[in-house]
Amino acid sequence: MYDNLFSPASVEQALTCLRNEIPFAIWETFYVTVLSTALAVVLGLPLGVLLVVGEKGGVLPLPGWLMKILNILINLLRSIPFLILMIMVFPLSRLLIGTTVGTTATIVPLVVAAFPFIARLVESSLREVDPNIIEAAQSMGATPMQIICKVMIPESVPSLMSNVTIALTTILGYSAMSGIIGGGGLGKIAINYGYYRYKYLVMLVAVILLIILVQIFQSVGTRLAVKSDKRLKH
Amino acid sequence: MIEIKNLYKTFSSGDDRVDALRDISLTIADGDVYGIIGMSGAGKSTLVRCINMLERPTSGAVIVDGKDMGTLSTSQLRDARREITMIFQQFNLLMQRTCLQNVCFPMELSGVKKAAARKRAMELMELVGLPDKAGAYPAQLSGGQQQRVAIARALATDPKVLLCDEATSALDPNTTHQILSLIRDINAKMGITVVVITHQMSVVKEICKHVAILDHGTVAEEGLVSAVFAAPKSEAARRLVFPDRVDEQVSNPHSEGQLRVIFRDAKTTSIPLVARMARELGIMANVISATTQPIDGETYGSMLLGVPHDQMESALAFLGSIPNMTVEEVTDLV
Repeated sequence: MYDNLFSPASVEQALTCLRNEIPFAIWETFYVTVLSTALAVVLGLPLGVLLVVGEKGGVLPLPGWLMKILNILINLLRSIPFLILMIMVFPLSRLLIGTTVGTTATIVPLVVAAFPFIARLVESSLREVDPNIIEAAQSMGATPMQIICKVMIPESVPSLMSNVTIALTTILGYSAMSGIIGGGGLGKIAINYGYYRYKYLVMLVAVILLIILVQIFQSVGTRLAVKSDKRLKH
Repeated sequence: MIEIKNLYKTFSSGDDRVDALRDISLTIADGDVYGIIGMSGAGKSTLVRCINMLERPTSGAVIVDGKDMGTLSTSQLRDARREITMIFQQFNLLMQRTCLQNVCFPMELSGVKKAAARKRAMELMELVGLPDKAGAYPAQLSGGQQQRVAIARALATDPKVLLCDEATSALDPNTTHQILSLIRDINAKMGITVVVITHQMSVVKEICKHVAILDHGTVAEEGLVSAVFAAPKSEAARRLVFPDRVDEQVSNPHSEGQLRVIFRDAKTTSIPLVARMARELGIMANVISATTQPIDGETYGSMLLGVPHDQMESALAFLGSIPNMTVEEVTDLV
C-alpha cells in the first residue's frame, strides 16, 4: 500500500491539503482535546476527591454503599470501548448539543470517556499525599473541606499535573477516532484520505502531526509538573 | 491542666484485639514539661493522640482545662485543637508551601486576616531563629530547621499545650539539643504546658520536670524526673535508666550476687565505698558497672556490684547505713 507514496501526484495533493485543510484540522484537534480534558477535569476532580476522602478512615467518610456504587460506575464507564461509547452517548449529545455529528458533538463522548479515567488518576495522585501531613492538619483543627482544598489538592499539584498530561495525550488519541462520527481534526483527515481514498501520504502527514502534538503536550506538561514541585531543590 | 482518667484504648480488626492503653491515669499541671517515655510499642503515640482526640479512647476521659475532650462536638473539638497543638517526628510541613505560608496555615484555618497572619508568622519565624528562611520551601531546609518551622507553626494559634511526638527522634544529638533548648525557652517564656513523647532517656533528662514511664500500655512509674532516675522502682523504669543488660555477661551469678547502689550528691560520691568495704569488712566486691549523671542540677551515680553470696548480708548492712544512698539486691538480671 505504500508503493508510489511519493509520486509527484500524491506529493502535490499532500501539499495542497497541508495548505488548505491541515491548519484548521490542527486547531480543531487542539480545541477538542483541550476543551474535553478541561470539562473532564471539572467532573473527574471532585469524583476523584470523593473516592479518597469518602472511604472508611478517610477525611470525610461516606456510606459504604455509595462508595461501592461510585466505584462500579467508574469501572463500568472505563470498560466500554471508546468506539462503542461514541455511539452509545448519541442521545446525550442530542440533549446537550442538539446534534450527534460534528466537531463540537464529539466533545460529549470524549468527556464521558475521560472523566472516569481522570477520577482514577486524581485518586492515585491524592493517595500519594503523606497521611501524616493530613493528620497534622487535623491536629490543627482543619475541617474536611479545608483539608481537601488547602492540603490534599495543593500538596498533590505536581502529580495532578503529570496525570492530567497523561489524560490529555490519551484524549488526543480518542479525538482522532471521532473522525468516524464526523468530528473534525487530524483524525478525520487521516481517515478520510487514508482509509476512504487510499491517499496514504496525507494520512502519514496527519499521523506525524498527531505525534508532534502528543510530544508537545507531554513535554510541556512534564516541564510544568517538575517546575511546580517545591519538593525538588531548584 | 490535663487530666487523663482511666483511659483505655483497644484496637480491634476482626478477631484481633490489641490493648494499646490500659487504665492510664495521669495529671499534667499547667506550665509543666511532662515526659512520657517508653519503648517502641509501649503506647506513647496512641496516648498523646488521645489527648487531642486524633485517636478516640475506647473508654476513660481526657480533660483539658476542665473540658472533657471526648464529649465535645466536632466543631468544639476543632476549636479545642487550636489550643493543643502538636509537633511530629517527621515535621509534617506542607511541602508545596513556603515556610512563612506553613506558619500562616493554622491561622488561615481559623480565619485570621491575611496581613495579620503574615505579621504574626514573621514574628514566630524570628522567635525560632529563622527569619531569613521565611520564603524558603521546607525541602530546602535541614531537619532541625524544618522542626523549628513546625514549632513556629504550632505556636501560631497561641496554644496552651504543646504536644511533642518524638519531635527529636529524627535529628542528630547536636540538633536535638538545640530543639530541646528552644522548647524549654518557649515553656519558660510563654508558660505553655509541654508534653514530650520520646523513647530517649536523654531527652527526658534534658527538659522534663515530670515523667511517666509507659510499659505495655500501662503506666509503670510516674513522678519527678529526679526521683524516678535516682531510684527507679519498676522493671520498665530500670530498663530505661540502666540499659546495661551487658552486666549479665561480665558477672557470674553462681559465684556472686549483685547489688545496685544509687547515690546522690557530691559528698556521697566522694566516699571510697568499695575500698572501705574491702578494708573494713573484707568484702571483695566486683564493680560490674558504674555511671554518674547530672539530672536537674544534681549529680546521681549508680553502681552495680558483684558480691559473694555469703557476704551479701553484711554488704547490704554496710551500704544501707550510708546517707543519701539506696541499695538493693538485684535478682532480675539472671
